[in-house]
Amino acid sequence: MCAAATKKHPVIAVASGKGGTGKTTFAVNLASALDGQVKYIDADVEEPNGHIFLKPEITQEHTVRVMVPEVDPKLCNGCGECRKVCNFNALIVLKKNVMLFPELCHSCGACLLVCPQKALLEGSRAVGKISMGEAGDISFVEGRLNEGEAKSPPVIKALRRFVSRDRVTIIDVAPGSSCPVIEGVRLSDFVVLVTEPTPFGLHDLVLAVGMVKRLGLPHGVVLNRADLGDKEVERYCAKEGLPVLMQIPFDPQIASLCSQGKLLVPEFPELKSEFLACYDAIQTILAGQSSKGLEQ
Amino acid sequence: MKEVAIISGKGGTGKTTVTAALAELWKNKILVDCDVDAANLHLVLKPKVVSSTDFYSGYKAVLNTELCSRCGACRRVCRFEAISADFSIDDLSCTGCGACTLVCPKEAIALHSNLAGKWFISETAQGPMVHAELGIAEDNSGKLVAQIRSVAKELAKEQGCGTILIDGPPGIGCPVISAVSGVDLVLVVTEPTLSGLHDLGRILTLTQSFGIKSLVCINKYDLNPALTDEISKVCSAGDSKLIGKIPFSRSVVQGMVKAHTQDSSLLENLPAELQSKLKDLQAKVAQELAAL
Repeated sequence: MCAAATKKHPVIAVASGKGGTGKTTFAVNLASALDGQVKYIDADVEEPNGHIFLKPEITQEHTVRVMVPEVDPKLCNGCGECRKVCNFNALIVLKKNVMLFPELCHSCGACLLVCPQKALLEGSRAVGKISMGEAGDISFVEGRLNEGEAKSPPVIKALRRFVSRDRVTIIDVAPGSSCPVIEGVRLSDFVVLVTEPTPFGLHDLVLAVGMVKRLGLPHGVVLNRADLGDKEVERYCAKEGLPVLMQIPFDPQIASLCSQGKLLVPEFPELKSEFLACYDAIQTILAGQSSKGLEQ
Repeated sequence: MKEVAIISGKGGTGKTTVTAALAELWKNKILVDCDVDAANLHLVLKPKVVSSTDFYSGYKAVLNTELCSRCGACRRVCRFEAISADFSIDDLSCTGCGACTLVCPKEAIALHSNLAGKWFISETAQGPMVHAELGIAEDNSGKLVAQIRSVAKELAKEQGCGTILIDGPPGIGCPVISAVSGVDLVLVVTEPTLSGLHDLGRILTLTQSFGIKSLVCINKYDLNPALTDEISKVCSAGDSKLIGKIPFSRSVVQGMVKAHTQDSSLLENLPAELQSKLKDLQAKVAQELAAL
């Protein structure tokens, strides 16, 4: 990663471990607070919610397609090599008929490689879509998985090409710490982990920290509803040396604005400066990282 | 034996809180925490693990560098960019499809079974519980969900339990599909926010496409009465039954913290009003389930 470029326009992923901690609230309000050329990418493709707050005008849409094998019945002799090689049990062969279970197919192409008759071709099917538009100064990109589809990583991977370093990019990632989250955060220079001070929040934060450490990404914590619950998350952060970048208190007014899909920053000027301070803290950490990189 | 899944679409709506409360009130059942990515039910119910089993799922490609001639055939064929220019294999990207093993002229790549997590059978004060931990950054949570559900079914048969209560994962993808497929009933816990409303629509589309009867409960309903009305309309239009509304209370978080840190149940830490709302909710879910 180019140190000079990351210093100027970082790609920041916002993850949470647990759902409902305020990940989207943080991501959209940080985008709004930065006042200017910002890109917001909603990579929580199962439940994209950023559009509710940013209200973008969508100008373009693309379908996300994945490769699936297609059988040419004239060439297939039903030998079953494709079935044998498929590690995902996506193919069965019944009397000379090859049947595909598209939801199990991982689009790896192994079946295409082994077919002695060259009877398998690369077909494709739609699994989701990407929408793009503008919300004021914010360039908006959203990935959305079609309902009933099981695998979100292809839709998240399709968002990769929208990550650029010509402006600050904020990626809103899925909850949890499994494959969809990995696909989302691995596009970033820095991961903000939004959590809440409860046993649930702490438990899932520990998992999320394990994930970002495994990926070797710099990270920090934002504590939402900071005055509810207990002090265990703060103790954990202190013990692990995790920077707490920002604390957002529980406030019925904030909860009400969020429930209506409204941004907080325009209503609370003091929160805006806290979001900006949080961004500065991220930049400072990244600058420290890149100078360390230069020394090495 | 019947299965009920408690799901939410959006995370953080209070699904696990509701499940924990139902768990206390429901007699003769097995609990399953299907939120294997970020399991939380155990934090409230504090299960004593009776047995722990490794969960293997799929494969990972492993390269024998002594045999490798660095010809690059594997890199060309890998659709997941899992093999870097210096021929190291990134476990996080490798799906274990084996395409690389098919093309390697030196047979330098082998597939190894992948340890993806663990699952547990436990005892809790509220009865038996089956739960799991997916390894960090692991794929295949849907398979792990299917595994623990099948273990729960066997346990329920053995012990003559009439109900399996499933705490589902958030979202609408692979783990959720795995958690709700074949269940008799889902209870969707939602909240009166635009995000909650949006995700409720997506999860109901999913459950309806699977032909599963859905009940809806609005948590923190008094945070936004207008949206609570809107959710009621979505439910009646979409053939889902709204069966409960639970008010917002700071005491829920405190109750959870207490249930976690002290040896107490969640319900006994809640104010009387909330207790009665949750009792009413459980009675209605049980009634709907019995009528199926």
